This record gives sequence, structure tokens and C-alpha cells, in this order.
Amino acid sequence: MNYSFYPGCSLHSTGLEYGLSTRAVFARLGLELVELRDWNCCGASSAHALNNTLALTLPARNLALAQMAGRDLVIPCAACYNRTKNADHVLRTDPARRREIESIVGFGFTGEIAVRPLLAVLYEDYGPARLAAQAQHSLQGLKVATYYGCLLVRPPEIAQFDDPDDPHLMADLLRPLGVEARAWSHATDCCGGGLSLSRSDVVYGLVTRLVERAREAGADAIVTACPLCQVNLEMRQRGPAPLPVFYFTELIGLALGIPEARQWWGKHLIDPRPLLRSRDLIG
Amino acid sequence: MITNLAVEVDNLSGQRLELCYHCHQCTAGCPVVGAMDYGPDQLLRLIALDERDTVLPARDIWLCAGCYTCATHCPNEIDLAAVMDALRQIAVANGYAAGERDALLFHRLFLSVVRRLGRSHEATLLGLFKLLARAPLLNDLGAGAGLFARGKVPLLPEWSGRASAEVKRLFEQSAKK
Repeated sequence: MNYSFYPGCSLHSTGLEYGLSTRAVFARLGLELVELRDWNCCGASSAHALNNTLALTLPARNLALAQMAGRDLVIPCAACYNRTKNADHVLRTDPARRREIESIVGFGFTGEIAVRPLLAVLYEDYGPARLAAQAQHSLQGLKVATYYGCLLVRPPEIAQFDDPDDPHLMADLLRPLGVEARAWSHATDCCGGGLSLSRSDVVYGLVTRLVERAREAGADAIVTACPLCQVNLEMRQRGPAPLPVFYFTELIGLALGIPEARQWWGKHLIDPRPLLRSRDLIG
Repeated sequence: MITNLAVEVDNLSGQRLELCYHCHQCTAGCPVVGAMDYGPDQLLRLIALDERDTVLPARDIWLCAGCYTCATHCPNEIDLAAVMDALRQIAVANGYAAGERDALLFHRLFLSVVRRLGRSHEATLLGLFKLLARAPLLNDLGAGAGLFARGKVPLLPEWSGRASAEVKRLFEQSAKK
């Protein structure tokens, strides 16, 4: 199966481990990811904060590129997915806006290609059972809190992903690999997103609460699917024993026995290796 | 010409604020309400009362993290995140100083980098933000150094091919008329 791939601005920088592990996992599973050529920034939160038209035309250009490439578009970053899916939704449902966007971007929207989050693609197109069958190492002993954040699940009519109040796709993928996904209360609570620099105090507060709840639920680590959540969770934890924060693709890569996985751990701000060693998951 | 903030916000956001009956779900679910002065549902009330000089300078509209918790739970299906976006845009268009100066600065810097390069570039963004923001310069020095040491803040922007020129054009043509 092959897909167009939209990495988004963070996958080659602050979300480096996410990009590396995604590519490695997909390659191992035989799923082809073809990066969209000359893709542009989706606008993230800044575009929609300041200009509604720009907030649509930026992601619409990527939709135009994906349409030309003729494959479904897979997006790993939750924010990029949300903005692109939103543009797709407007193009499908608002004829006046659609004409305006088409004229600015310079394309005719056909709606043929689907915009899909990475997590859904692995779950729906590959499936937990098949994934488990490919696993070389059990991740038994690892207790995690699966954390989705906001933009993957809300607003539900745009995101169209999983159950917006109680999502389970990440746990469904990870459980057959031996991971114990603990039930917890804050799986879709906001990490503070783009306030990380302008009001880091707010983010510290939100992250502290999230981590407390994860610990209460018996988790040794948090697993996430959004690069901004991951960086907030790593940068804004206080205290002597912070909880490691994985991308779900890293744990899948570990279970699949992908050798490059050992390069990912050192990229984290909170070193997950002591935890992984204590559970005999790495040497 | 008499303008009414509620009408302006309705039109720009595409939301029908008059449907709000103040059940407070939005305020109850808002993750950042603790840092706000009014909270989402009070803002709606203030908008209905055309209190533009209270609403538009408020820090609340810049603190909104766009998490859509409010929009998802509103029984009248008012997308308050869209309302917050509209308020930000109206505030900027009417020359109100941002209630959270650094938040607006961040958005402006982010977009100016994207406009130039077609993609974001953290190193430029972080550098400019640190110089221009009110937040202390030395905050996050350790974390920043940590990210940089791990190769997560590339100094050179990525080459984005045609994106750079085409994105400039998108900015120009998407500008408010």
C-alpha cells in the first residue's frame, strides 16, 4: 500500500524521533510513504488566529499537491492533520469558500483523496493483529498512559477520529505488543499547545496535572501521537523523576525489533533508557 | 455607521452567539480558564452587550489554546474556538494592544518565517522570539540547548522548493481586503 506523506514542520526538527520512527516502522511493514514534494507549512495555530483565509489556503495547497499525486494523504502531526482535515471539510461543504480557495491556490478540488491521521492508517489498514504477528519482542512490563491531546479528536465532526471522549486506537495497537495501557482520566486534555513559549507557566500547570494523573493511574511513561504535546510534556515537567514520553511509533518500532530504534532514545529530553532497561526491553 | 460587536463576531466567525444560554459548559471545560480574566461564557455575554473595550483588550482571547473542548461540548453547537479567532482578528484590525503581547508576537513571528521560507524554522523563530518577547531571555536555556544538542533545532532551514514562492503568493492573496 502506498500513501502520500505530509511530515509537517516539526518532524525534521523538534519531532525528530517521530519522523524517524514513523519512516522506519512503515518501511518494515512494507507500507510506502511518498513525501509530498515541496509541501508547505499547514499554518498551525498561528494562521487561524490571525487570518481565516490564510488558515484555509495554506493547507489547501498541500491538498492540491496530494490530489496531483493521487494517493491518500497520511499526516503524523495532530495539528497538521486537524488543519488539513478542516480545509478539506470546508472545500467539501462550503461552495462559496471553496471557489475562493480554489482561485487563490490555483486548483480544482475533486475530493478524491482522503486525509488520514497516522494512527488511524496503522490501525485500519494494517491492524493490531497483523502488527502483533510482526513483533519480535514483547513489550511486557511497560505500563503507559496513552495520550491523544486535543487536535486529533476535536472537533469531532472535523477530526472524525476514534471516540473523542474515550479514544482507544493507540491502546488497541500497543496492547497486543505487550504494553499495558492504563485507564486514565486525562487522555484528551490539553497540554497547552502553542502557549509553550508565550505563557510557559500555563503549560507547566497543565503538564504537571497530566503527569500527576498518569502517575496516579500507574503509568511509568506517557505515549503520544502529537509532536507539540510530546515536546511540551518533556520540556515542562518539574521535579526529580520525570516521566518519559514516547511516540507510539517508537514503541511499535521497539516491538518490531528495528535496530535503528536505539538511535531514537538519545533524542529525547527525558532519557527513556533507564525505564526500558529496567523492564529488560533494551540491553 | 453603527457597528455592534456581536454582529461583527457572528459574521466573521460564522457562529450564532445569540443561541448561547449560559450553561457554562465551555468555561467548565476550558483548560486555561484559570489564567483568564473572564472565561468563555462571560466573554459571550460581554460580546452580546457590545462591550468591545472590555473584550478586545482581554488576555482571554490570546490565552485560548484552540483545544476545541468548548466547541465540542456546547449544547447549541457554537464553535467558541472560531469565536476566539474572530475576536483576535477584530482586535488586531482595530489596533487593540494584545492582552497577551507575547502570544500575538509568537503568531506574527511564526507566520513571517513561514511566509519567507514556505515552512516553519524553529531556530529563526526561537531566536527572534527570545529577542523580542517580554518573557525572560534566559528561560528555557537548558531545554533549548538540550534540543539543539540532539539535532532537533537545525540551524539551516529546509529547502522547500516551490513552496517558498507559492506560499508568499498565498499570503498576499489571502490578506484581508
